[in-house]
Amino acid sequence: MNKPFRRRDLLGIRHLSAAEIVGILDTAENFREINQREIKKVPTLRGKTIINLFFENSTRTRTSFELAAKRLSADSVNISVLSSAITKGETLIDTALNLDAMSPDCIVVRHSSAGVPHQLAKVSKAAIVNAGDGANEHPTQALLDAMTIREHKKKIKGLNVAIVGDILHSRVARSNIHLLTKLGAKVCVAGPKPLVPNDFSHLVEKDLFVSANIEEAIEGADVVMILRIQRERQDSAFFPTLREYAIHYGLTQERLNLAKSDAIVLHPGPMNRGIEIASEVADSSRSLILDQVKYGVAVRMAVLYLATGGSASNE
Amino acid sequence: MRMKLLIANGHLIDPTENQNSGKNLLIEDGKVAAWLNQNEKMLEDAEVFDATGLIVAPGFIDLHVHLREPGQEHKETIASGCAAAVAGGWTSVCPMPNTSPINDNAAITRYMIEQAERGNLANVFPVGAITKESSGNELAEIGEMKAAGAVAVSDDGKPVPNAGMMRRAMEYATDFDLPVVDHCEDKSLTSGGVMHEGKLSLLLGLKGMHALAEDLDVVRDIILAKETGAHIHIAHISTKGAIEAVRRAKNEGINITCEVTPHHFTLTDKAVEGYDTNTKMSPPLRSDEHLEAILESIKDGTIDAIATDHAPHHADEKNLEYDSAPFGIIGLETAIGLAFNELVHKGIVDLSRLVEMCSTNPAKIFKLKNRGTLRAGSIADITILDPDFDWTYRVSESKSKSKNSPFNNWNFTGAAVMTIVSGKVVYRK
Repeated sequence: MNKPFRRRDLLGIRHLSAAEIVGILDTAENFREINQREIKKVPTLRGKTIINLFFENSTRTRTSFELAAKRLSADSVNISVLSSAITKGETLIDTALNLDAMSPDCIVVRHSSAGVPHQLAKVSKAAIVNAGDGANEHPTQALLDAMTIREHKKKIKGLNVAIVGDILHSRVARSNIHLLTKLGAKVCVAGPKPLVPNDFSHLVEKDLFVSANIEEAIEGADVVMILRIQRERQDSAFFPTLREYAIHYGLTQERLNLAKSDAIVLHPGPMNRGIEIASEVADSSRSLILDQVKYGVAVRMAVLYLATGGSASNE
Repeated sequence: MRMKLLIANGHLIDPTENQNSGKNLLIEDGKVAAWLNQNEKMLEDAEVFDATGLIVAPGFIDLHVHLREPGQEHKETIASGCAAAVAGGWTSVCPMPNTSPINDNAAITRYMIEQAERGNLANVFPVGAITKESSGNELAEIGEMKAAGAVAVSDDGKPVPNAGMMRRAMEYATDFDLPVVDHCEDKSLTSGGVMHEGKLSLLLGLKGMHALAEDLDVVRDIILAKETGAHIHIAHISTKGAIEAVRRAKNEGINITCEVTPHHFTLTDKAVEGYDTNTKMSPPLRSDEHLEAILESIKDGTIDAIATDHAPHHADEKNLEYDSAPFGIIGLETAIGLAFNELVHKGIVDLSRLVEMCSTNPAKIFKLKNRGTLRAGSIADITILDPDFDWTYRVSESKSKSKNSPFNNWNFTGAAVMTIVSGKVVYRK
């Protein structure tokens, strides 16, 4: 398909090279400072149009993308389509083609079904940025996590990272697994067995391990990443109750003590306090949850800039 | 005047007669009249088709199609499905009962056959439902459907979930000498799933359908078939475990047969990369180890038949999110090309075994009298093959009303170049 900036779709981390990832992170570093200014606006994307097309509820990610666009002077439009395409009688492809006909430069899409950004990228002229697709990927989340880790650990290579919780349904886990192993970290995943299938260890070629239990994963970790437990999964009987989950799989201070003394704690939000993470941990100085949100804007500025034709810092 | 057609100079393959050499075939009044030696003088009063370099085989029979009529004519009609069938080399097709309403009574069975007669292309042998509305609760009127022309029973995509009901169905079906066809899937292991469960489903973030779902149901059916003595036919077998179970059951002498689809002997779950909904089917495309087991069992004879599971869906339905798109692909026009590419030319099977899997065995499995053979007196349903014919499949030119194929623009060597039903040429490539 003939499409300008075809390579500028950001569909996931999986198909990016380590150099491309570092390029995005370095670009984000350059944008970071704008967010601390008195006047938080630069003309970089003036005249560019960005559509935020969200088929799934989101506060944080949508606001973050919207602020990123506005601070770069792009015109941005938010569309929330909470009813499914089928009930509207319009197919997904129709929706995308209609929006594409209005000549946006970039469409940021979130959808509860994996692969929707990939399907849209095949038909749209605009660059597609994945803001989370089902259980597949959430690339900008992994990028902002990496930025947070880099800031506090000064590197990613050689770090031990534990990812704990509902790995099976987590797009955050997948994007992070790809990103962290590409940049040379060792990743251990852990959680209730029905949510951490053994096949996960084959997801990437190296440096990914399925731990027998969460204590094993956390022991000696530099970074502990806690995933959100989605309450709606309760129906599918992956684990009995939230109470039991909190007791056996929640990140308590005691469990965190197994990690390195300078280990940091990340959570993609929104948190279920007292379930996957104890409040004392969430509110401690080890927790960088608000830093993640802060860097999210810079990462999305970088992604929008690159998607609409800018060059990465290392290009 | 009597209609005579002489298919001259072809290579005749008929496994029922251990025939695999040059013979002329004389057809008269829709039946095979005689086999003639090729040095015999040509008959002057017959129309002659020169089949030099071609394979002449008994007409191919597809045990598993969905023709969507009645009820979903926007996807396919019996006429359009039959046009696709003969264009793909199939002289007979056996439509599954998941029409709307379900083919669970003699009136619908009869209607389907009448529609096929009006289309006057391929033969249609309907498969009736096992239970009313395929709901798994009450037996359908199986005896009446057989009297109307049904050749087997199945609840296809809604497999009988309850072993007690399946037992009664098998017992009852034996009274009417009908095979019970089962789409084996324990839905408690596949609920919400859209592709094979494994490394790829985890990688793509799509919900998996575990291979054990098929294995468990096949094992259940084998145990029930052993107890009841029923003939069980496993639809679209796709897992290593199911194949091993069928192989053991056959060795034990249990009355079991099975079919495989061309997409399951060609593609794996790797095709789902890119989220093309034309890679979504049930059973799903499996991983490499299952494909290896399928090829091995095609080779050793465990698999009896090739069936397409031709499942037309309108583009509006397939152009959805991967999670929401319906299961299934069309397959009537690509099956023989795929069989040549993936099986014959790769040395997995020879031509005689191909004919056995596409004609001889299907006729035996559904007990279609005087078909699946070219012996004198049989019905003149004939598929003529050219193993060296190079062609490209363009789904836009498909005779099917639907275009949901993952094989668009694939190149093939080998095709059915002529299809003859009851002595009448209904398709010529």
